[in-house]
Amino acid sequence: MADGDTQVPILDDPLQVPCIKPGAMEGLQPFLASPEHQEALGFPGELVPDWKEKALAKMAELAEKNRAFQVYLDICVKCGACTDKCHYFLGTADPKNMPVARQDLLRSVYRRYFTFAGKYFPWLVGARDLTEDVLKEWYSYYHQCSECRRCSVFCPYGIDTAEITMAARDILDAVGMGQKYSNEIIGKVHAVGNNLGLNPKALAATLEGLEEDIEDDTGVSVRLPIDEKGADILLVTPSADFFAEPHIEGLIGYAKVFHQAGVSWTLSSYASEAANFGLFIGNYENMRLVSQRIRKAAKDLGVKRIIFGECGHAWRVAYSFLNTLAGPWDFLDPNYPVPQHILEFTWNEIQKGTLKLDKSKNDHMTITFHDSCNVARGSRMGDMPGGQFEIPRNVIKAVCNNYVDMDRDTIYESTLCCGGGGGLLTDDLMDLRIKGASPRMAALREVTENDGVTHMAAICAICKTQFSKVMPKYGYDMDQIVSVHQLVSNAIILDGQETDDAES
Amino acid sequence: MLSTLYALMFYAATVLIVVGVGAKIRKYALTPAPLKIPTTPAPVTETGVVLRMLREVLFFESLYKSNKWIWAFGWIFHMALWLIVIRHLRYTIPGTTPALLNFLQPFGKYAGFAMVLGLAGLWARRFLVDRVRYISNPSDHLILALLVAIGLSGLSMKYVAHTDVIAVKAFMSGLWTFQINTLPTDPLILIHLTLVLMLMIVFPISKLLHAPGVFFSPTRNQVDNPREKRHLAPWAAELEK
Ligand code: SF4
Ligand code: SF4
Repeated sequence: MADGDTQVPILDDPLQVPCIKPGAMEGLQPFLASPEHQEALGFPGELVPDWKEKALAKMAELAEKNRAFQVYLDICVKCGACTDKCHYFLGTADPKNMPVARQDLLRSVYRRYFTFAGKYFPWLVGARDLTEDVLKEWYSYYHQCSECRRCSVFCPYGIDTAEITMAARDILDAVGMGQKYSNEIIGKVHAVGNNLGLNPKALAATLEGLEEDIEDDTGVSVRLPIDEKGADILLVTPSADFFAEPHIEGLIGYAKVFHQAGVSWTLSSYASEAANFGLFIGNYENMRLVSQRIRKAAKDLGVKRIIFGECGHAWRVAYSFLNTLAGPWDFLDPNYPVPQHILEFTWNEIQKGTLKLDKSKNDHMTITFHDSCNVARGSRMGDMPGGQFEIPRNVIKAVCNNYVDMDRDTIYESTLCCGGGGGLLTDDLMDLRIKGASPRMAALREVTENDGVTHMAAICAICKTQFSKVMPKYGYDMDQIVSVHQLVSNAIILDGQETDDAES
Repeated sequence: MLSTLYALMFYAATVLIVVGVGAKIRKYALTPAPLKIPTTPAPVTETGVVLRMLREVLFFESLYKSNKWIWAFGWIFHMALWLIVIRHLRYTIPGTTPALLNFLQPFGKYAGFAMVLGLAGLWARRFLVDRVRYISNPSDHLILALLVAIGLSGLSMKYVAHTDVIAVKAFMSGLWTFQINTLPTDPLILIHLTLVLMLMIVFPISKLLHAPGVFFSPTRNQVDNPREKRHLAPWAAELEK
């Protein structure tokens, strides 16, 4: 769908609940993966003839292998507490975008084939046969969930619709109905090492260009090393940091922080991607393969620590899953957690006083912070619960004078997804992305109107790309979304840096 | 004859609920959680997890954050139900009633009203709120109907047409030792008991499984320590070989 025909929903209140509009988003679906992209990931190229048996077998397998899937399909009481918690429901009013209704698309089939009540009294418990239409419905609505887990926070049993969505996508992949966007990207990571398919040469050239830019800007030579054996730190960052705005400004920020902290670090061309789209498609094996690249890179380069750049789902996989998928990390320096977040590193340096910061460099902005969903609800930073909220804010406040939070119900663990997470950051879903962003945009508008907020900072490559695309639809400029390390980069005064104003 | 029939039904229902729920619990416990997926605010210690779980099951913490109406009705209903179940122990324990039950008796007596009120509120939402109406299946209405009917039949015996509680106690407490004493035959007690039997039977095959299930929810029962401690499911360990 072209973005021209999207009705941009303007909400009076960020969490304003619409009346349901059945069918509002029916039929919306992202492009199917081509046979070539499917097969590269070990999935059938196209819908297999015995898709029904295969799908049910996969469902049975997941119920055996994943407690969340098994328990969550059983225990939902249909209380309705989650029904108004999904940003896609708030933005589209389609009742199938209510978390419980999204689960029910799969639960109804699970019940029909795997439970007593569903086998003998399907009409009573809303059980239904698995048909080709059901499969299409799954494909549509399980690609209208960004796996943001907001619903899980509010469910009395913690039922996590993201788990169901991942399982559904895993089933769809197993019968040959994969999504082009995610699967093509995972294929590139398997083949080249990053989502963009940037080869080592192109990568090195890009980094060289950036080094020149920093030198032109500051007069200081700051390095962006790649594949340097014997460096202490391996930085794994989303590949969007190498080319997209405002991501790239963040990458420059990390480089300046490392430079000023005086540590040796390197990127790896083999593991030049922090994001792990294996998470999006709910496929453990693919997620594991992508993670293993980081292990290999760390071993080959002989680093002592691993640090991740600003990326939301990447940080969830890194913080919560990396030890499982690619550990144990006993060959790294035990004095540091594995992995660390770049913000943990920067905040440490700020506390140690190794960074010279001039906050006034950011005085032309009033900043608010968008908590990225998977950082907020699927991971942590630092050694305290809630560190993932405090550390980014601490860093922002250390480099900016003007900071304001948005409505408390739309940040921290209640944060709203940007609308493009979980494998939905593709042009064929632009309509959904614009609508899904509406609650966040309403919260931003409030602080713009009341507190004069000019910029929103984020620590996720997807959030940054999504907002730079959709903010213009809501009357903002695309450069009003910034990287947190972009703010750090603005404020940091490198040793020997030429400064143009007297007071700094 | 009637007493024997009811006695047999109680035994059968007890076997069904114990075996059924036991099998489910076993299944939940044996199915691994392959990844660490606790939802924020996730405790970083085992003790923290126990406290979190207690807050969830005693105060419905997440539901409180989520929706005050559902929380109020749901909490009132569940707490009243607990009181009522405990109070009913006096009818099933052989011999004299323990002091604790006597202490709870006055509260338990009114809990029936609270339970029906809470249920009525939850049921009303299934009709009045378009989102909840959309997600409700016939079984969701039926389970509420069943619980309301249990409550109303119980209240009627307490406040309208008394049954012979001494005889009921003799019947129920006799079941422990396989003695079948005579059950009163007034319709209210028979309806009440039949409904309770139905509730016991549907427990392991319905959403009532949320009661044991909540304790197995990985987003709520996991410790947030993935960097410190490696978590690996048995089937995932196979992949490493
Ligand atoms: S909040 Fe949880 S139990 Fe209630 S309807 Fe939603 S998923 Fe089901
Ligand atoms: S995980 Fe997020 S996107 Fe998916 S249903 Fe829940 S709230 Fe909606």
